[in-house]
Amino acid sequence: MLRYQTQKLAYMYFVGALVLFLAQVTFGVLAGTIYVLPNLLSEVLPFHIIRMIHTNSLIVWLLMGFFGATYYLIPEEAERDIFSPLIAKLQFWLFLGAGGVAVVGYLFRIHEGREFLEQPIYVKVAIVVAVLMFLFNVSMTVLKGRKTAVNTVLLLGLWLAGIFYFFAFYNPTNLVLDKMYWWWVVHLWVEGVWELIMAAVLAYLLIKVTGVDREIIEKWLYVIVALSLFSGLLGTGHHYFWIGLPSYWLWVGSIFSTFEILPFFAMVVWAFYLLYQGGRRHENKAALLWAVGCPVMAFFGAGVWGFMHTLHPINYYTHGTQVTAAHGHLAFYGAYVMINIAVFTYAMPSLRGLMPFNQLLNMWSFWLMTSAMAFMTFTLTFAGIVQTHMQRVVGGYSYMDVQDQLALFFWMRLGSGVVVVVAAVLLVYSLLGPVREQLTAGRRVDAEPMPAE
Amino acid sequence: MADRLTRSSARNIFYGGSVFFFLVFAGLVAHSHFYAISTSIGGVQPDEAVARGKHVWERNSCINCHTILGEGAYFAPELGNVWVRYGGRDDPEGAREALIAWIQAMPTGIEGRRQMPNFNLTDQELDDLTRFFEWVSNIDTLGWPPNEAG
Ligand code: HEC
Ligand code: HEM
Ligand code: HEM
Ligand SMILES: [Fe+2]
Repeated sequence: MLRYQTQKLAYMYFVGALVLFLAQVTFGVLAGTIYVLPNLLSEVLPFHIIRMIHTNSLIVWLLMGFFGATYYLIPEEAERDIFSPLIAKLQFWLFLGAGGVAVVGYLFRIHEGREFLEQPIYVKVAIVVAVLMFLFNVSMTVLKGRKTAVNTVLLLGLWLAGIFYFFAFYNPTNLVLDKMYWWWVVHLWVEGVWELIMAAVLAYLLIKVTGVDREIIEKWLYVIVALSLFSGLLGTGHHYFWIGLPSYWLWVGSIFSTFEILPFFAMVVWAFYLLYQGGRRHENKAALLWAVGCPVMAFFGAGVWGFMHTLHPINYYTHGTQVTAAHGHLAFYGAYVMINIAVFTYAMPSLRGLMPFNQLLNMWSFWLMTSAMAFMTFTLTFAGIVQTHMQRVVGGYSYMDVQDQLALFFWMRLGSGVVVVVAAVLLVYSLLGPVREQLTAGRRVDAEPMPAE
Repeated sequence: MADRLTRSSARNIFYGGSVFFFLVFAGLVAHSHFYAISTSIGGVQPDEAVARGKHVWERNSCINCHTILGEGAYFAPELGNVWVRYGGRDDPEGAREALIAWIQAMPTGIEGRRQMPNFNLTDQELDDLTRFFEWVSNIDTLGWPPNEAG
């Protein structure tokens, strides 16, 4: 059962996020289909529009998940109800509306033109307003309540994410400057402040599912986020190699971004150490699976696949190829998709007032989705290596000639993409679908205290 | 190690270190900003036509199929060096015409070949786009891409 009534606010955010998740992967499959059947939809719904919807709905649902996760965990951490449930509801509809207007607009070719930041200006403004409402609401809650490392780091991450988004409004004519500051949103989000959000949410889940002492978990939390920012800020330099910036970035970017592996590695060690330390095991096995799987896959996607192309002599050849797409997919999936699903899986039973349910289905979805994303990453990596070799190392082939050689990989990417969609449908069904032969949580005998409560 | 480090000292290291690294980063970016408006573009500031060309580029979201200087989508050729690929260094007018003709000839409609839409661009917009590509080709990218294929 929920300890604070306002935790319930998370529910609509989670449902919204799951719906957008389905849309996102569906559009991914559409984009993947056009790669192999290029004449499909080429007039009605060309590739660039589909891709825009794919990436934007990803960002919107991840943020929506973060908002929901925050509303869910802040009351427990701060030990008081959310400051204003009304603001939380208005914020939800404003944010959803902004996302909806953006996507429908894209279908009618209403968009701006920088990758990931295609939202028209009024949508950007609406996003900022929604985010400010959110930040105000949760900050007021925490200010009046208990301050823990978890909610401090979480709020710091959310505030900084909001602040860096302001660079989305700055679009200088000089392309070099444009790109330099564009990364202040994109890189400083995913390899900086979002890591704070991820680590804080992971800390919360680990406290809940392992029952280990908060003091130990929270100390590690600070160590991890310190590693993230110490490496990730200057690590931005790995995007400053070839866009017209000074050559010192070759070294600054290579060296510091190499250290970006550390926070992800530390998160893996952290999760497993706590898992073995904690005597108690939470009954929600599926949540445990996602919570431990998340740092593992993030370590591979961000850490290993990131390092693979982050040293400048290598990036010189791989920059902007399918290698980047391989890394982009597994990193986003492992770090931010999985942390969100972990929270959904953990919170949904208590939000719906049921015992952990459809565990088996949910765990099937975990294995299906995770292995399909891994397979997709492998196929794209092979495609990227062949592309790099033919187009950049051997040379003499045009871009389009090389792409023709990659068809097999693109078919396999599509195959794994379809599996991802199936797994996503299973997941949504396991979280929101009907419940058979389940006890309601209220009827549970509270003989032994459950760590979740 | 874990025993000597307390939660509050871990927290202080995090705050102090993050501020430190942010300031170093911001300092380098400030220097790079200056470099970007002077050195890397050889002092050739983007003029009105280049600015309009960049808007055409953005309004049609070419970035969601193409890369430019290696960033964007991986569905269609790199365009940061398309000016060079079309021989613009030796024959600017020839390259301009060829690029415009290419863009106007889209889509090819060839079965089994990736398609680029027709954006119904005006002559002015097409000209501006080529000015944008021409300007971009002069950015000092430290020798990237490795060859003309991009
Ligand atoms: C839907 C995807 C898509 C969009 C959007 C798109 N392009 Fe393309 N573009 C392509 C494809 C695919 C090719 C290669 C076509 C071929 O070789 O048959 C191409 C080729 C080109 C070429 C020739 C490159 C070369 O090396 O020969 C130029 C120039 C070009 N595009 C410019 C643009 C501009 C400018 C925009 C935006 C106004 C744009 N493209 C938007 C898909 C796209
Ligand atoms: C969860 C964390 C991460 C996410 C979500 C992520 C995601 C991405 C995405 C989406 C891109 C492509 C951007 C574009 O469209 O241009 C990218 C590029 C890149 N990432 Fe990451 N990344 C993460 C962590 C890392 C880490 C830790 C490293 C290095 C160790 C790294 C190295 C790189 C490099 C070098 C590029 C540029 C690729 C190129 O030159 O084309 N990333 N990342
Ligand atoms: C949860 C899972 C997914 C995540 C997190 C995700 C994330 C992303 C990201 C971040 C990009 C931008 C790529 C970059 O710049 O590197 C992208 C592009 C793309 N994604 Fe996904 N995606 C997912 C699922 C899928 C699925 C299931 C497919 C289906 C095959 C797919 C197909 C594509 C395609 C074709 C592109 C365009 C690549 C290009 O520019 O050529 N994605 N995705
Ligand atoms: Fe990065």
